[in-house]
Amino acid sequence: MEYLPNILFAIILVAGIGYFAKNVKKLIRNIKLGRDVDVSDNKSERFKNMAMIALGQSKMVRRPIAGILHIIVYLGFIIINIEVLEIIIDGLFGTHRIFSGIGATYGVLIGTFEVLALLVFVAVIIFWIRRNVIKLKRFWKSEMTAWPKNDGNFILYFEMVLMTLFLVMNATDVHFQTMNSGNVISQFIVPWFNGLSEGTLHLIERSTWWLHIVGILVFLNYLYFSKHLHILLAFPNTYYAKLTPKGQLNNLESVTKEVKMMMDPNVDPFAAPPEGAEAAMPEKFGASDVQDLNWVQLLNAYTCTECGRCTSECPANLTGKKLSPRKIMMDTRDRLEEVGKNIDANGGEFKDDGKQLLGDYISNEELWACTTCNACVEACPVSIDPLSIILEMRRYLVMEQSAAPTELNTMMTNIENNGAPWPYNQMDRLNWKDE
Amino acid sequence: MSEVLNVPTMAECMAEGRQPEILFWVGSAGSYDDRAKKITKAFVKILNKANVDFAVLGTEESCTGDVAKRAGNEFLFQMQAVTNIEVLNAYQVKRIVTACPHSYNTLKNEYPQLGGQYKVQHHTEFINELIKSGRLTIEGENTFKGKRVTFHDPCYLGRANEVYEAPRALLQTLGVELVEMKRHRKTALCCGAGGAQMFKEPEKGDKDINVLRTEDALQTQPNIIATGCPYCNTMMTDGVKAKEKENEITVLDVAELIANAQ
Repeated sequence: MEYLPNILFAIILVAGIGYFAKNVKKLIRNIKLGRDVDVSDNKSERFKNMAMIALGQSKMVRRPIAGILHIIVYLGFIIINIEVLEIIIDGLFGTHRIFSGIGATYGVLIGTFEVLALLVFVAVIIFWIRRNVIKLKRFWKSEMTAWPKNDGNFILYFEMVLMTLFLVMNATDVHFQTMNSGNVISQFIVPWFNGLSEGTLHLIERSTWWLHIVGILVFLNYLYFSKHLHILLAFPNTYYAKLTPKGQLNNLESVTKEVKMMMDPNVDPFAAPPEGAEAAMPEKFGASDVQDLNWVQLLNAYTCTECGRCTSECPANLTGKKLSPRKIMMDTRDRLEEVGKNIDANGGEFKDDGKQLLGDYISNEELWACTTCNACVEACPVSIDPLSIILEMRRYLVMEQSAAPTELNTMMTNIENNGAPWPYNQMDRLNWKDE
Repeated sequence: MSEVLNVPTMAECMAEGRQPEILFWVGSAGSYDDRAKKITKAFVKILNKANVDFAVLGTEESCTGDVAKRAGNEFLFQMQAVTNIEVLNAYQVKRIVTACPHSYNTLKNEYPQLGGQYKVQHHTEFINELIKSGRLTIEGENTFKGKRVTFHDPCYLGRANEVYEAPRALLQTLGVELVEMKRHRKTALCCGAGGAQMFKEPEKGDKDINVLRTEDALQTQPNIIATGCPYCNTMMTDGVKAKEKENEITVLDVAELIANAQ
């Protein structure tokens, strides 16, 4: 019976990490449903981007208030989690504050954690106020209702509770308080528990210790279901992000092949395919569903933390159009999750569910409102590219469905006929010179 | 413009057996749009003044395909690209200068993979070079000195290709009082014309993008709104009209400012 807590701890730990690992596998499987794309080039530049943008938070501080608060929470999160190592060892081996033996350094470490815990707590409160009291516009757009709205608040509550548990745990730890080293914040919490017996204090200390570690494991497993996945995916996402100029949109290779063939006078368009060659299914142009997007675009969707900086700088959204780049990312993720669940339910194979990303999630109206100005791409703190998804879906609309707005069809006919988007004769191209 | 413009074509140059220093890519807007034609002529005036050995493709030029690509018609884009590249390569073009950021972006970034590799510059970059090398001089005491000017960053020049300095450097040369809008450079607001919007009615909303952008500009209380893109020029001009400010504020391309600085 003596080892019961250790065993219980081990079981919770394994279950917590195991379930998370299972979901990570699912996450990777879903991302791999996307088309392949070669992002194996320029490794050093990619590492640099990851270091600057994800690790260094360089794009976060473009908005200083949110940026600095975010850095506090981010640093706090990483550094305080060093403490988890001690908790795990203590939990498995029944020790108590195993690292306290290292002397003064321990006090410095825990002291730092305590200060950070307080700062994180304050930052999270401010975040909560921004969302719920000040009601910053970008947190109250039409896509931010129901789950996305609650998700944002749940994360903040989680962090408030975890930080409180950590500080109360230290405050009620009589042994730690008598060491009187590192209790920089918790010593001010001690008086709240004045008059309680040592037994009661111990009970509170144990409870908070358990709740703290269980809370961390629950939070870890919450990630997969939440926008909060960005704390992990921001790293690969910034690594695999586009390196070419923002204005450069990819040239579809499948189209290049066809165009080259059309332009080549030596190709016989009526030639029969060589004997025995399978009549290859022509590749679908553009994207109508998540499987038509590439895997980096799908990674983008899981990385989005719905901060809305993109939408708040989108000219279409700012002028009341339906388009919201954030919604494009949220829709992509929601549909991808739906496809993933479909695959799980059908023994590993996707069964047509009569739905797709285009139409059921993202409307034509949203897609045609985009000015391709790249404001959303520039604004994203983790290098997500909503524009590339919009373009792929426009490609599908135009090349597979001929479903462009009438005026655009006129414009394209003009280019085909006169080499200009307006109905002017190509022979008049130089008339300006003499006007 | 009263003076005679000297505009040789690539075909003429080839007939004379010479290769001009640069090709001036006029673009569809610059060729046909009444407002944009003035920008084209202003730039030619600068080229003539600086004795630049240039040529245009004239009737052999065709739409770059930028607008078709952004509308989703990759086929049409690549057809245009391959056709243009054939012409450009036949003339052995090495350097291209254009006054249209959309042409600039497409020629510079999207043509190389399809076999068209050229050094491409925006006209503001090229004019800066002319000034630096002493081929073009700007009078210190000119018409625009001291005027309040705000510069609207075209998306396809700024964010798309990170050219922010060249147009501003030219404005500094003119000695204008450059006032920045709240949203400028990386965070500049689009004029509303990109991504094929120029050719269609906007989706339902509560405001037009060009009006919102013009409001940004009006906050700086400028005499002149300068820009470097024919589409932006149209959108901002319309925006100024919508705000009934056309008698107080003019919208000009940076090339027009340089060309008309007496």
